Amino acid sequence: MKKILDNFYKYLTLFAAIFVILIVLGIFISLYLNSKLAIDTFGFIKFALSKVWNPSKEIYGGLPAIFGTIVSTILALLIATPIALGIGIFLSEICPQKFKNPFSTAIELLAAIPSIIYGMWALFFLAPFVSKYIAPLFGAHTTGICIFTASLVLAIMIIPYIAAIVRDAIDNVPNVLKESAYGLGANKYEVVRHVILPYTKTVILGAIILALGRALGETMAVTFVMGNVFKIPQSLFEPGTSITVKIANEFNEAYTDLYTSSLFLLGFILFIMSFAFISLAKVFILKRKIKA
Amino acid sequence: MGEKIRKIKNILFYVFTIFSAVFGLFFLFWILFTIVIKGITNFNFQVFFKDAPPPGSEDLGGLRYAIVGHFIIVGLAILIGIPIGVLAGTYLAEYGKDSKITNIIRTLSDILTSVPSIIVGLFIYAILVKPFGSFSAIAGAVALAILMIPIIVRVTDDMLSMVPKELREAAYALGAPKWIVITKVTYRAALAGILTGIALAVARIAGETAPLIFTSFNNNYFSLDLTKPMASLTMTIYQFAGSPFKNWQALAWVGAFILTIFVLALNLLGKYIAHKKAHKMR
Repeated sequence: MKKILDNFYKYLTLFAAIFVILIVLGIFISLYLNSKLAIDTFGFIKFALSKVWNPSKEIYGGLPAIFGTIVSTILALLIATPIALGIGIFLSEICPQKFKNPFSTAIELLAAIPSIIYGMWALFFLAPFVSKYIAPLFGAHTTGICIFTASLVLAIMIIPYIAAIVRDAIDNVPNVLKESAYGLGANKYEVVRHVILPYTKTVILGAIILALGRALGETMAVTFVMGNVFKIPQSLFEPGTSITVKIANEFNEAYTDLYTSSLFLLGFILFIMSFAFISLAKVFILKRKIKA
Repeated sequence: MGEKIRKIKNILFYVFTIFSAVFGLFFLFWILFTIVIKGITNFNFQVFFKDAPPPGSEDLGGLRYAIVGHFIIVGLAILIGIPIGVLAGTYLAEYGKDSKITNIIRTLSDILTSVPSIIVGLFIYAILVKPFGSFSAIAGAVALAILMIPIIVRVTDDMLSMVPKELREAAYALGAPKWIVITKVTYRAALAGILTGIALAVARIAGETAPLIFTSFNNNYFSLDLTKPMASLTMTIYQFAGSPFKNWQALAWVGAFILTIFVLALNLLGKYIAHKKAHKMR
């Protein structure tokens, strides 16, 4: 009797663990099956490179959406990475001990704010701000509903993720290393530049890729400010679209099977992209763990 | 000369890191300030008792239906997600340990944590909405559960692995079978850590919108039917914020205020549990 219960519990936990595998497989298979119609009709590569999205003629292509996703993600990373590094370094090396905790908590709260809140705030405040103050700096006119605003919200969202990992990584640098450098007369900048950053670079790279994965798949923060205009924008201050924005805006209104299937195919492409980046990040972070 | 350049570089470095910190705080305060001001100025206690107003009317109406719907969907997700997450984490830490298959599950679970939430929405649409022909609260809850499972798996796995071996051995020496040792000894020792993880996971899913768009959808009426579309705070904010009607926008701000307070409070609670535990151990 005892044995039976013992085995029962073991298999119960095993079943739950296998469930996790089933979810990942299920996502992959269901996305593939549902996008099969679009793949068969247009071809995977042709779909990814076509610029036409015309529901009335039943012709669909994903390039502007894929383009928007990639451009907004890269721009967000370009803005976020230096700032996040600065915050991480500030938190672990410069901030007075007294303020370290409240400051850390504040940055973590920034990460906890729901993305729909970012989206709403961006629509009512950031977009007008970009339109009034930032776009004129580049000599551009925009309503604020544009790729740049979307990238800026994404950047604000991923800054705390990168910053928190950078802070932890720097906190874990052995004191002996830093102190030997200080002992040689190095100043703070030199210690960070020549000791801390080289020591933590793999973790930081992992953090950046992880943030990249998050920016790729973010929906609600950008859906209000991207514009959902299906074309490749000529400037960052023009509206565009992205994979997530396209799906969020049109999925429930897709009235034909091919329309739905094309949106599923966009989702499938997004899944493959983020899966690849997350695996890459895992390789970087794992490597580090083995070394340590 | 070189000395001077070194000094200038160092000063620039300080300026840059402090600027970064201020940049981060600036946006945090800007967002929080907006939410609080807009939330409070539009707030009225009737939001807890009334339902959605007609668009464009003078009446603010209320969010009762969305708050109740939100609690139902998130509550159901918790009921599904916590047992599966904790059990799977238990398998990894207590039974599977470092075998090949366990490490594969660990990796997949970590990857699942970062799968875009809108993709999970599409997945649930494919398996729970399309076959049954209707959006449903259940579908929304399952989508959210899938988002919380990998977080709980990870934290359970980590926390159980940190429980000292001696504690388990003492229990085994008393003749307790493994499942009793796990449920009565190891779980208790790891409780604070697991609870922290659960609080953070709930905070994460409570703020999700994208996985609900094609699953629980939305509804402007009070409903308790789990097999029908159900309103949630996040979907309601999405709908109202994007609308041109002043009273709907006002309600969206109030909803955003309630949601933000709830999510941030859960986060702080999680941190508090972890903090208290750390003090006890010292």
